Amino acid sequence: MSNFFNKSDLTRQDADKIVSETLNSCDDGELYLEESKSESILLDDNKIKSSNYSSDLGFGFRAISNEVVAYSYSNEISKDSLKNSSENLKSTLKSIKGTYNHEIPKSNKKFYEDINPIEQKTLDSKLEVLNKVNDFLRKKDGSVKQVTASFAGEQKSIEIIRSGGEALTDVRPLIRFNVSVMLEKNGRKETGVYGIGGRQSYDDYLKNDNWKNVCEEAFRIASVNLESKPAPAGEMKVVLGPGWPAILIHEAIGHGLEGDFNRKKTSAFHDLIGEKVASEGVTIVDDGTIDNRRGSLTIDDEGTPTERTVLIENGILKNFMQDRHNARLMNTRSTGSGRRENYRHIVLPRMRNTMMLSGNQTQDEMIKSVDKGIFAVSFGGGQVDITSGKFVFNCTEAYEINNGKIGSPIKGATLIGDGPSILKEVSMVGNDMMLDPGIGTCGKAGQGVPVGVAQPSILIDKMTVGGTKL
Amino acid sequence: MVKDQEFLKSKASYCIDLAKKMGATDASVTVGHSISETVNFRNKSLEASDRSDGLALSIETYLGKKRSSISSSNLLDKNIKTLIEKCFETTKITPEDEFNSLPDKNLLAKQISSLNLYDKTRFENDKKIKYLKDLEESASSDNQIINTESSFTENKSNFILANSDGFCDGYKTSSFVASCVTVAKDENSMERDYEFSSKRHLSDIKQATDLGNKAAKQTIKKLSPKKIGSEKISIIFDKRISKGMLSAFASAISASAIARGTSFLKDKIDEQVFSNSINVIDKPDIIKGMGSQNFDSEGVNSNTLQLIEDGILKNYLVDTYNGKKLNLKSNGRSGGTTNLYFEKGNISYQDLMKKNSRSLYITETIGHGSNIVTGDYSVGATGFLVEDGEFKYPVNEITIAGNFKDMFKNIILANDLEFEYSVNSPTMMIEGMTVAGK
Repeated sequence: MSNFFNKSDLTRQDADKIVSETLNSCDDGELYLEESKSESILLDDNKIKSSNYSSDLGFGFRAISNEVVAYSYSNEISKDSLKNSSENLKSTLKSIKGTYNHEIPKSNKKFYEDINPIEQKTLDSKLEVLNKVNDFLRKKDGSVKQVTASFAGEQKSIEIIRSGGEALTDVRPLIRFNVSVMLEKNGRKETGVYGIGGRQSYDDYLKNDNWKNVCEEAFRIASVNLESKPAPAGEMKVVLGPGWPAILIHEAIGHGLEGDFNRKKTSAFHDLIGEKVASEGVTIVDDGTIDNRRGSLTIDDEGTPTERTVLIENGILKNFMQDRHNARLMNTRSTGSGRRENYRHIVLPRMRNTMMLSGNQTQDEMIKSVDKGIFAVSFGGGQVDITSGKFVFNCTEAYEINNGKIGSPIKGATLIGDGPSILKEVSMVGNDMMLDPGIGTCGKAGQGVPVGVAQPSILIDKMTVGGTKL
Repeated sequence: MVKDQEFLKSKASYCIDLAKKMGATDASVTVGHSISETVNFRNKSLEASDRSDGLALSIETYLGKKRSSISSSNLLDKNIKTLIEKCFETTKITPEDEFNSLPDKNLLAKQISSLNLYDKTRFENDKKIKYLKDLEESASSDNQIINTESSFTENKSNFILANSDGFCDGYKTSSFVASCVTVAKDENSMERDYEFSSKRHLSDIKQATDLGNKAAKQTIKKLSPKKIGSEKISIIFDKRISKGMLSAFASAISASAIARGTSFLKDKIDEQVFSNSINVIDKPDIIKGMGSQNFDSEGVNSNTLQLIEDGILKNYLVDTYNGKKLNLKSNGRSGGTTNLYFEKGNISYQDLMKKNSRSLYITETIGHGSNIVTGDYSVGATGFLVEDGEFKYPVNEITIAGNFKDMFKNIILANDLEFEYSVNSPTMMIEGMTVAGK
């Protein structure tokens, strides 16, 4: 746990006093203190290309009255600096007064341990794993032309001080291990990427030589792509595999259910609470409470304990994801979804682990039911236009389906769909829900935060596949 | 006030001296300070204000051919000392890499000329508020506009780059950015579009009313879109999209992608990669240019580079490390391109629009569909169907796909190049791409 009050002339009493005095006449707000330590070690092109360590320390001071948010941050934690920020907030909100809401829910549950993953594994042993990955893949097959492997680890300590002196703290570990391999055969080059991670120590993920499985998976994806043919173009049936393809749910539905877009009525979903937005059998939750998952949080970045929020239940839209600000303006409560990338950024309602729950059909049944379509197993990134509802994502491993059978692999194609209607096109929900391997980062308004996704296999009756073959 | 050169220089020299004292054979350091103030408006009222004040430090230490780096935002001498110790300890156990080194001394920038990248004008928040009020007033004048969000950001930065070969220089830059996002609604659809203006100097920022009007007009035009069928069709890329082709091209010719063998343009120097009417230039010394620089992120002097001459690839973007790997001298592009642009073509915008009886005009793409290894390109798109040079109706929920290798050879550029951003392109037409729709 970081002590933010032994770094300069700023004492906790000073901070409490400045915070209370600044926020007294506001509706909400807090002082957010953060110290993070992070490392990244990269092996590329047969060499340790970089080893970087960084430490970051700073505060963000927020005051909210009515609909106006004033924010000021600095990486100098001192009495002067905090006072400057306070003046800055007061000048923005000078004519807008509010009544401070002291209420904030409490919980004793923790979803990860207070560890510093960077210190738990020596640099030497990290370098050793990266070199083993490189040797393993290059010896595996002559077609391997490039190997990139990396470790990224972080420990972030935060403290939230609210008006009246209430303080909330959290220590968040996060790691990621990633392997990318490029193969070349008959003049064709293709890459395969795979990674794992979450809020535990490196060795929790690497035990039993698990790095080999990561290598095998990256190699397998690249090999499949070496054989790929041009993807078809046009509307057709799409079977999505379980796990990571749930970024479709994240893009198509998740962003549109974040409180801010709905308060502003710029989301295609803003007037659909209680309405049927998905086929029967489709249930989607956003859960911050799964142990050690990348998207889990003990408390969010406003201090609210996270929860499992039901977004869509059996096809019916139930809830939006809320931070305190949007919840107050929409007359509801925070769902513990207030997040920020770091102290430099304002809080926004964000996803945590977004999951579609299992149904009772099998992947085989789905494939067999398709005359002409594609089977998408893995994706790169996705993106959504909240307002029009259109979303895309890019396949990194996909196959054509002909007459109920999986055929040749197809080249990376973009799939495009319409968020509010896509879940009505879901005609089968599999019994094989799987969590993603712990690699997702969601971007919104220039802020990246770690997230998770999960889903079973699903069959979508109609989606546009953006290939080149007419 | 943004910290002055003297303060940053003293921190930089402290770091270099300390690293040398600990036994580092070489070291380089960047110290920067940036102050940024943003005001956000929504539906004609103040929504948020945001002030940021950030110091940043990054240090690389070398022990012969071993190298590692650290970065931090905490510039207290005590913290810097701890970090440099940690950095140097890491350096000692990091394996050697024969290509690690500071840039060649004779390539370092000798004298820096003023490119007029800093405007000291202070645009107080009250003035930002006035600007945004005017902007949103004009943006919301049509009743189909149901939401407006706009912001004005003022940024002032200063930095010093120093290394143990005696390089120590830096300069102030400023930027002013006004932007507006509007949402329009009719009985069939809800659509969003935007407009922004980003400049080094306040006086060059677009008029608030022009910006608001343009955003609103563009948004309303998108209402009630249709989906079209899958077909091969000529595609016209609006300027805001055509410049993205240059960004994809730039990542494919970075020395790092070339050295790693992960680019579809590897080993293509002196070969035809674009149609022979195409010239691509990267010019670092444009006065007030958004991408202008006196030297790159390693201190290496950067000159104007002709990347494509009559369609032929002439240069990669080379930094010190990857240059040594490829046996090339750095051309001052560590950190990428500066002001990158296509030279204008010789056909007017109107003639380009009329070139085919039917074409698709793209105003926005979504998704990360550029594969630099294979050249494959596939993105979601919105735009308009054009018939006989006229916009017929808006189109959405389609994808466009092709391969850069073919697309680059089929580019036709209009003569409407303007220098608005750090990457600039005229309106572009590419024939023979695939649209996937219904």
